Amino acid sequence: MNRYPLWKNILIGLILLWGVIYTLPNFYGEVPAVQVSSAKATLRLDHAGASGQIEEALRGAGIAHTGLFTDANSLRFRFGSSEDQLRARDVIERSLNPDAQDPSYVVALNLLSASPNWLTSIHALPMYLGLDLRGGVHFLLQVDMPGALTKRLDSTAGDLRTLMRDRSVRHSGISREGNAIHLRFRDVEQRNAARSAIQNNTGDLQLVDRDDGPGDLRLIATLTAQAQQTMRDFAIRQNISTLHNRINELGVAEPVIQQQGADRIVVQLPGVQDVAKAKDILGRTATLEVRLVDDTPGALEAALAGNPPFGTEIYSDRDGTPLLVRRQVVLTGDRLVDAQPGFDGQTNEPAVHLSLDSAGSRIFRDVTRENVGKRMAILLIEKGKGEVVTAPVIRTEIGGGRVQISGRMTTTEANDVALLLRAGALAAPMEIIEERTVGPSLGADNIAKGFNSTLWGFIAIAVFMTVYYTLFGLVSSIALAANLMLLIALLSLLQATLTLPGIAAMALTLGMAIDANVLINERIREELRNGATPQAAIHAGYDRAFDTILDANITNLIAGIALLVFGSGPVRGFAVVHCLGILTSMFSAIMVSRMLINLIYGRQRKIAKLHLGQAPN
Amino acid sequence: MEFFRQRNDIPFMRHALKFNAVSTITFLLAVFFIVVRGLNFSVEFTGGTLVEVGYSEPPRLETVRHALATGGYPDAQAQNFGSGEILIRLPNREGLDTAQVSQHVLGMLQSLEGSEPQLRRVEFVGPQIGKELASDGAMALLLVVFGIIVYLALRFEWRFAVSTIVANLHDVVIILGFFAFFQWEFSLPVLAAVLAVLGYSVNESVIVFDRVRETFRKKRNMNTAQIIDHAITAMISRTVITHGSTLMMVLSMLIFGGEVLHYFALALTIGIIFGVYSSIFVASPMAMWLGTSREHFVKPKKEKQDEAVV
Repeated sequence: MNRYPLWKNILIGLILLWGVIYTLPNFYGEVPAVQVSSAKATLRLDHAGASGQIEEALRGAGIAHTGLFTDANSLRFRFGSSEDQLRARDVIERSLNPDAQDPSYVVALNLLSASPNWLTSIHALPMYLGLDLRGGVHFLLQVDMPGALTKRLDSTAGDLRTLMRDRSVRHSGISREGNAIHLRFRDVEQRNAARSAIQNNTGDLQLVDRDDGPGDLRLIATLTAQAQQTMRDFAIRQNISTLHNRINELGVAEPVIQQQGADRIVVQLPGVQDVAKAKDILGRTATLEVRLVDDTPGALEAALAGNPPFGTEIYSDRDGTPLLVRRQVVLTGDRLVDAQPGFDGQTNEPAVHLSLDSAGSRIFRDVTRENVGKRMAILLIEKGKGEVVTAPVIRTEIGGGRVQISGRMTTTEANDVALLLRAGALAAPMEIIEERTVGPSLGADNIAKGFNSTLWGFIAIAVFMTVYYTLFGLVSSIALAANLMLLIALLSLLQATLTLPGIAAMALTLGMAIDANVLINERIREELRNGATPQAAIHAGYDRAFDTILDANITNLIAGIALLVFGSGPVRGFAVVHCLGILTSMFSAIMVSRMLINLIYGRQRKIAKLHLGQAPN
Repeated sequence: MEFFRQRNDIPFMRHALKFNAVSTITFLLAVFFIVVRGLNFSVEFTGGTLVEVGYSEPPRLETVRHALATGGYPDAQAQNFGSGEILIRLPNREGLDTAQVSQHVLGMLQSLEGSEPQLRRVEFVGPQIGKELASDGAMALLLVVFGIIVYLALRFEWRFAVSTIVANLHDVVIILGFFAFFQWEFSLPVLAAVLAVLGYSVNESVIVFDRVRETFRKKRNMNTAQIIDHAITAMISRTVITHGSTLMMVLSMLIFGGEVLHYFALALTIGIIFGVYSSIFVASPMAMWLGTSREHFVKPKKEKQDEAVV
């Protein structure tokens, strides 16, 4: 009766084998690697092309890589030594980025698992270490949604003014009050005309009438819930993509940029120690400036010769062509509400559509009226350096705040310009509300401390169990080791982030998991004491202990799940390991130990004595 | 080897009243300290900035405090932390550019004479996050308590569920009492430890009650107190061995885990010790006072009656 059927033994064996395989990558350590990713949001990494080019460059330089790994956004090459890694980085950098001033790719140093390729190919990867173990910076950023909403309403108020003028609706004032726009009218006809004009023009506004006495009729416009939602989503997405672009500059190997909740963004930069620079880059707002181009014949030549005319300076566009630009700023990026690529309505040429807010529209109308035929430069100023994004010719006076830039552009260029213009300003301001920085020495310390606690705790328990329960204790210790291995395998497979509290949870789970085996062993002793035969005692011991073990683990699991639901940061890391550990412990404490006991005792017809360490009756 | 060969049941319940008195006093003391001294919440809950720097030769704390006070942070606290590390805490305050505080402080420390400080860690928590964490922690505690009551009520019966929860909340309050009395830092990992202990001690009570239920069904000639004594005596060996093992692991964390795991392991140590105590001396007597009896566990057998034929 104490035999598992063959299939059950094989199944348990296979699960353990799976555990061994998926635990393996954690033992190999890491080797130097070079990671290549795109430096520009507009440039998609061409895997085949880039890897071919890199391999050729490496062959040319006589450097052999020991493996190429690709994922959606990057290429990674593994190298035998850090010396090769450094040389390879330079070679790749030169080959991919001929112009060091304007790199198309980010070439960064990284560490990759040294596990053999066959393991990587079955997705057996080492556990993903959290920032507290590997060092790095974690930021939680809060997007200022009320700010974004106010900005949007201000620009909508401007749009409405223009609309009223275009449709010749007489109003006595349009203003934003709180989260609503108030349109004031003297009579009902005008208000009705305004309402139908707005309703024909946009579906984003909800309109309500309010009468504040004769001669003060109001139409109150608020953004519909859907429009607000769209705006929020847009703001978050926009900010995330802007952050991506900026963080790429840092050359971080594996940055994490994720939305958290409705209005928060998590940024994790493993390995980054220069917090000041990271913060600078995150908090930096690139500014857009619109200025007029000085096309006076001869002025550019004079300026290039080192003698710019008064009130002008030289900027280059993205192709490096110099341009003489007036110092006076016509407009800044604050006035820009949106920039989208599209097509010219008449010629069907690719174009970029800009929308300006009301103040911007007025300035823009005045400037364009006075400067028809001249050129206007849009500059992106970042890190104190300016670059001309585009410099179109003003064809006609532009009112209404809707600007279209077109002509001599490809669709890709239009996309590119629109993105750059949008990246110029974050959609909504952000604030750092949480920061954790862990130095590299502390990270390594934490790993060592966590590892040592688990190791010594495990040894103490295993020694004690073996002394106290002899053979059964040894089996319990083996089951406990299997538990640890399966837990690590599961964490590696899920690529859950392992943190120091996670390691603590691992240790604690082991300490608690031994309970199941103690229960079983004690129950077997008790059965023996009550006069059961050894075989019957084993059977009854496992059987009767099972209910108790299940009960006990369910209460533990309730606590674990509550932590998982409400925990954040370190607590969540703890909870994940705790919950998984409870599950693996159920399997190993009951199935694995039973299989071993069955293999030892199950085949003997008559057992003189069980090696359970009990005193003779 | 065998530590416990109990031929006769230990009369735990005879002394139940004394132990209950002791528990009540400890519990009240814990509540007293929590109320009077309060918990020393970490920056995660209060919001603020924490900077840990490591030195080969740490400067005197007075120097650091003075430098911080003159540098615009009179409310900064500096303390030694481990060997050669200094921990600086700064509360959030209006008008402080929180994002730049850590840089500023680090710059200040670097300008001091003596060995160069190494940045170990920085934690900055904005005020809104702190509030959220505190309320999430409270929610997690409620969810655990509620989940366990429901589970135990379904699995056993309400008297056991209530006694278990009272016993284990007693443990939680005592852990918090220790943290309040010694003003140990109460951080997120400590909260995790408290909740883990809650699950773990409930498990202890469950195991005892499981045995009580079994004994009720088997032994018909004992009264409730005798049955509880019998069940606890039968499980005492397992209780001590299991908790001893868990305690070994936790002590290993306390010894090898360093400062970061220190309070986490400490909370677990206290929790495990009181968990054993409370399931034997709090939960069981309470179940007894609440009037647990055989009828709650032994389903009355329906005697088959032949229906009378009219």
